Amino acid sequence: MTPEAQVREVLSAVTDPEIPVITIDDLGVLRDVQVEGGHVTVTITPTYSGCPAMDEIEADIRSALAARGFDDVEVRSVLSPAWTTEWMSEAGREKLRAYGIAPPTRRASGPVLVTLGRPVRPSCPRCSSDDVEELTRFASTSCKSLWRCRACREPFDHFKDH
Amino acid sequence: MTPLPTSGLGVDLDVAAYALRLGDDALVLGQRLAEWAARSPQIEEDVALLNLALDQLGAARSLLTHAGRLLGPDADGHVRTEDDLAFLRDEPDWTNALLVELDGGDFGRTMARQLLVSAYQVPLYAALGSSADEGIAGVAGKAVKEVAYSLDHARSWVVRLGDGTDESHRRVQTGLDEVWPYAFELFERDPLVDRLLERGVAADPAAIEQQWQATVQEVLAEATLTVPETTWRPTGGRRGAHTTGFGYLLAELQHLHRSHPGARW
Repeated sequence: MTPEAQVREVLSAVTDPEIPVITIDDLGVLRDVQVEGGHVTVTITPTYSGCPAMDEIEADIRSALAARGFDDVEVRSVLSPAWTTEWMSEAGREKLRAYGIAPPTRRASGPVLVTLGRPVRPSCPRCSSDDVEELTRFASTSCKSLWRCRACREPFDHFKDH
Repeated sequence: MTPLPTSGLGVDLDVAAYALRLGDDALVLGQRLAEWAARSPQIEEDVALLNLALDQLGAARSLLTHAGRLLGPDADGHVRTEDDLAFLRDEPDWTNALLVELDGGDFGRTMARQLLVSAYQVPLYAALGSSADEGIAGVAGKAVKEVAYSLDHARSWVVRLGDGTDESHRRVQTGLDEVWPYAFELFERDPLVDRLLERGVAADPAAIEQQWQATVQEVLAEATLTVPETTWRPTGGRRGAHTTGFGYLLAELQHLHRSHPGARW
């Protein structure tokens, strides 16, 4: 196994601090791994500019790698290219749904347009109904909105298209 | 999070000054929005306004970090960090536009201000996404998606309040009248902008103003609000001449860092 593959294997256990069922790789936050000599460079990108989880993700990456003997680690945070929900893996989408969070509804291509009050509608992660209503565009984290299913009456989070 | 290089910093004072203007606008607006924490008309609105504030703060952190590197080392060889720039500059060194530092007033005025700022930030960041400066282009490429949410939010509230009850209409119209004159500073040109337009770094204020007008006029018409007729155009923020309320904002923003230098938690 190449050193890069070893590092990636270790990082495959690092999860999002705010949505612990999904890994940073599933999410598309993990952008690149380089190993030169003993020096490991891990490149990550934030989902939203102000995402407060980034410092914690960096600390988790360092401790996961340190536990496997990688001590010389540099974590770089890049903004460009800008993260998009397009990068979220199919496995990641399924994990979100199973956890009760409706995954992004489409694969974005190009800039996301302003929807001006007409949000793309997810389906209910519990009963799959399309009869849903948005309660608020801004929920517990920047990346989610809050919805309610009119069929099963349960509220649910939706990972916003971005 | 990445250690700064000790040499080859690529000092560029013009781009630094421009990044600082953008970063100051974002940071000060974020601070004003955050003042609504636990005071919003409903809990969902509290979360929404703090989300908008967080997006501004995120962009501000990257822009100030970028500006600090481009400013180059100071006399002691120290490269200014985002914290140095946010917490240790005095009032005349801040170059944000006056509009973002205005007191939010009531919820109607806050939403009127937000509409005017967001209708500017959307075309601004869209244009800066192809800036010749990679650092600014990177921040803009992310921020453009986030400020679209802000515009959407402000637009829906301004319409709901304007086309709502007599009282909500009166209050959002009053707020709009108060903040309106300050918007035009956003589209000013000065020698810095001229030089950076030449280099493909800055966004063209005239093009941004045209898009701003189109968005604002459309929303105000839908909201049954009257476009203010005043021709008073206060200015000075880009030169460090601020309104009285700005000193109080800075005192709140900076006092912890200044009282306890280097504090961490």
